[in-house]
Amino acid sequence: MAETFACSFEATEQSARSCILAVMEGLRDIDLPADRAGDVQIALTEAVNNVVEHAYADTSNGEIRIQCDLSSDLLKIRIIDTGPPLPKGELPAGQPADISGPLEALPEGGFGWYLIRQLTCKLHYERQAGSNLLSLFFDMPSRPVS
Amino acid sequence: MSLTSTQADGAQIVTVNADRIDAAMAIQFKEDMRTETESGPDRVILDLSLVQFIDSSGLGAIVAAMKQLGRDRRLDLAGPTPMVEKVFRLTRMDTIFTLYASLNDAVSANET
Repeated sequence: MAETFACSFEATEQSARSCILAVMEGLRDIDLPADRAGDVQIALTEAVNNVVEHAYADTSNGEIRIQCDLSSDLLKIRIIDTGPPLPKGELPAGQPADISGPLEALPEGGFGWYLIRQLTCKLHYERQAGSNLLSLFFDMPSRPVS
Repeated sequence: MSLTSTQADGAQIVTVNADRIDAAMAIQFKEDMRTETESGPDRVILDLSLVQFIDSSGLGAIVAAMKQLGRDRRLDLAGPTPMVEKVFRLTRMDTIFTLYASLNDAVSANET
């Protein structure tokens, strides 16, 4: 049976950090395998940073909701905000950042979507009634049958 | 953000005394690195052994810190924990920086 919990917070970097840590704690409580926690935290952090930095770029009182749903073989994390839709209404391709240039040209950003795509097994985005719904899916290693 | 700085064998060692370099502290980190490395040896070793988590903002701040040093100085990284190492590997930034498993390894690489 799936186990679910949710939390919501204001869109600032400080409260984003507290909420991400609370989500990770909640996932541990519902037995997210420790060896998957690192990947989940990286992808979740990048997705939440995108909301704080882009969807709520002009405001600090936007609300972000995070819902987690863990079943035996899949973790689904849904991130909901009411900011403007993603550009063109679709998920960015998440190309790797170009690191081939000289020192001065090395990128200091643009890694986020690439990391999210590397660490998830599936992504889903939809715009619904003025909200952005982004779902991150993670494969779970098979757990012993209890 | 808390950075501490010492010198050993002609290199400056900057230790990050925080368990995260994330979006909430990336700008502060970049500014503090500028202050710490304004003058000093050409080689700077950033000791990351206490950092349990880094996101792309933190990664960007470390890249910025390396750029601030300019072409005649270098920034090496020491003691990355598993999640930090993973972010560098996935973004291929491990091909830009030299990562040493420990501070000792980084310092002794200086002697050769």
